[in-house]
Amino acid sequence: MGFRRMESVRMDRGATPNKSFDISTATSWVRGRGVYVAFVVLVIFNLIATPNFASVATLSTLLITVSPIVLVALGVALAIGTEGIDLSVGSVMALASAFLPLYLGYGWPIGLSVALLVGALAGLVNGSLVAFVGVQPIIATLAMLVGGRGLAQIFAGGQSLLVTDPVILWLGQGRPFGIPAPVIVAVAAVLMVGFLVKRTTFGRYVVAIGGNRSASYLSGHPVRRTLLAVYVISGLLAALAGVVATARLGASDPSNIGLLIELSAITAVVVGGTPLSGGKVKVMGTVMGALLIQLISNTFIANDLPFTWAQVLTAAIILVAVYLQKGRGVV
Amino acid sequence: MSTRPADTESVGGSPAWRERLFTTLQRRGAIVVLILVVAVSAVVFDNFLTEQNLENIVLQGAFLGLIVVGMTFVIISGGIDLSVGSMVGLGGILAALTVQVSWPLALILPPLACGLIGFGNGLLIAKAKMAPFIVTLAGLLGIRGLALAFANEKPIRIGGGSPFDWFGQGQILGISVPVIFVVIAFAVGGLVLARTSYGRIIFAIGGSEESARLMGLPVDRTKVIAYTASGALAGLAGALLAARLSAGDPNAGLAWELDAISAVVVGGTLLTGGAGTMSGSLAGVLLLSILQNLINQVGTLGSYAQQVVSGFFLIVVVVVQAYLSRKERS
Repeated sequence: MGFRRMESVRMDRGATPNKSFDISTATSWVRGRGVYVAFVVLVIFNLIATPNFASVATLSTLLITVSPIVLVALGVALAIGTEGIDLSVGSVMALASAFLPLYLGYGWPIGLSVALLVGALAGLVNGSLVAFVGVQPIIATLAMLVGGRGLAQIFAGGQSLLVTDPVILWLGQGRPFGIPAPVIVAVAAVLMVGFLVKRTTFGRYVVAIGGNRSASYLSGHPVRRTLLAVYVISGLLAALAGVVATARLGASDPSNIGLLIELSAITAVVVGGTPLSGGKVKVMGTVMGALLIQLISNTFIANDLPFTWAQVLTAAIILVAVYLQKGRGVV
Repeated sequence: MSTRPADTESVGGSPAWRERLFTTLQRRGAIVVLILVVAVSAVVFDNFLTEQNLENIVLQGAFLGLIVVGMTFVIISGGIDLSVGSMVGLGGILAALTVQVSWPLALILPPLACGLIGFGNGLLIAKAKMAPFIVTLAGLLGIRGLALAFANEKPIRIGGGSPFDWFGQGQILGISVPVIFVVIAFAVGGLVLARTSYGRIIFAIGGSEESARLMGLPVDRTKVIAYTASGALAGLAGALLAARLSAGDPNAGLAWELDAISAVVVGGTLLTGGAGTMSGSLAGVLLLSILQNLINQVGTLGSYAQQVVSGFFLIVVVVVQAYLSRKERS
């Protein structure tokens, strides 16, 4: 298992950029086929069954609602790649949402920086606990999940504050060239994380640590620093998602923003073909996974089906997708 | 692990004694902390040790406690069960839906149905070799969806006067019925874990599943039983909670899986499996319950601070455990 992983790593590195892109795309197509097939099937079903499905409005609603999930799922995918997990992303979104309006009075750059900084700080706490103290990621980030939202509500005074700054609002509601701003933010984040994973030594370290942490440590990789960075990045991305969600609402809402989003994010990552046992990060698979679960709920809403059954179907799809991947030796 | 004489001498004092203390603290840390917290609270808060308040604490933890018994087995076997919170919701709804038909059915159906779902979880984990985290995460989503769908997303009231109410609100010798259920569950669970071959096999699987399999232990069957029991207990907790509240709430037990995991971990059970005690888990539940009670007593702390304190408390306990187990190893 570990050997094959190293092989594919070397393949990527040795080949010319163009060729290695082909190879990795092909592998992800073959191995993570479940999520792509399911997505196509659902799109075809919608084209037939859902009125007005093939419209710009439907597409942009889907993409806008999926953007925060994609943002946090990217961070969770990195954490899972190191054989960890980040359960705290929803609460970090709430923290960023609570802090954003507090400092907007000093101008949007300050407000935005503070919100992102709070997210990075939460990630730093998670990462320090995981990397230096040796707490299991699920417990460290569980504590942040429980405590983070409480902190957010304390700082927000338990209430929702209006956001009126035009630049911040644009992040949630703007439409440059007709493309919703949250989608642009999400695409930019996908490209950056994709670049990190595929093209940098940091990405290699993430995969190596997830594959075999002690081997990675013995090879002289900066294991602790990498783990710390992974959780900080995840915190940053979650904070960004919190800012976008707040901007979309036009107000902070620490009680509800990002509530239970960690479940959607983990689902997206896992359905997208990233094994929970680490050693692999599927960026495009994660995006497809997020699109798939969002499309499921949108399909139910658009067809006036009881929404709760969408949850049941999502559960079934997780099981089927993971079972199929297991057969292909991914999980 | 191997302590050469030179090492032990260099530590000074009586290392064997110190080592034993560390081990005890790590394994029984929750009980030590529990005793400390109770002692301090009794001194600081006048009405902490009143009968009414103690009853409140125990009753508050009773429903979570039932889940924790099953979760302890699952975690010691090296797995995890995220679906229990949703099963509490489903159990309550099933009870509320069937109580008009016949009240014994309302008591029996929830554990039966949730046990069956747990059995399915167990089969997928043991036979299909899927990760427990994923299988039960799917359970968390799907079962909550089922509960909401059955209930039309609204709580279902249970009309008064049915004997079913007694199981949530009644008392035997001044002790609430749910508390009696949870005491029995912990007693039986503790005995099974520590004194039966089934319990030994759970530990063996958690220590090394491969070794357990090679020794010819019934690994698959043991795991399936653990997840079935976990589901059945969660269903029972849901039914009793519905009886207590006179209503089945499809959102009952939301995020309880996290509380249950916290309680088990605070109780000194390792999430990696292979080590843990039922008494530790009991102490973990009581600690969480007391913590909530104390925060309510202080009064000036809002419900938000409660979450912060809970999160902080979990981290402190785990960090101390990590520190002690590192000490123990070195």
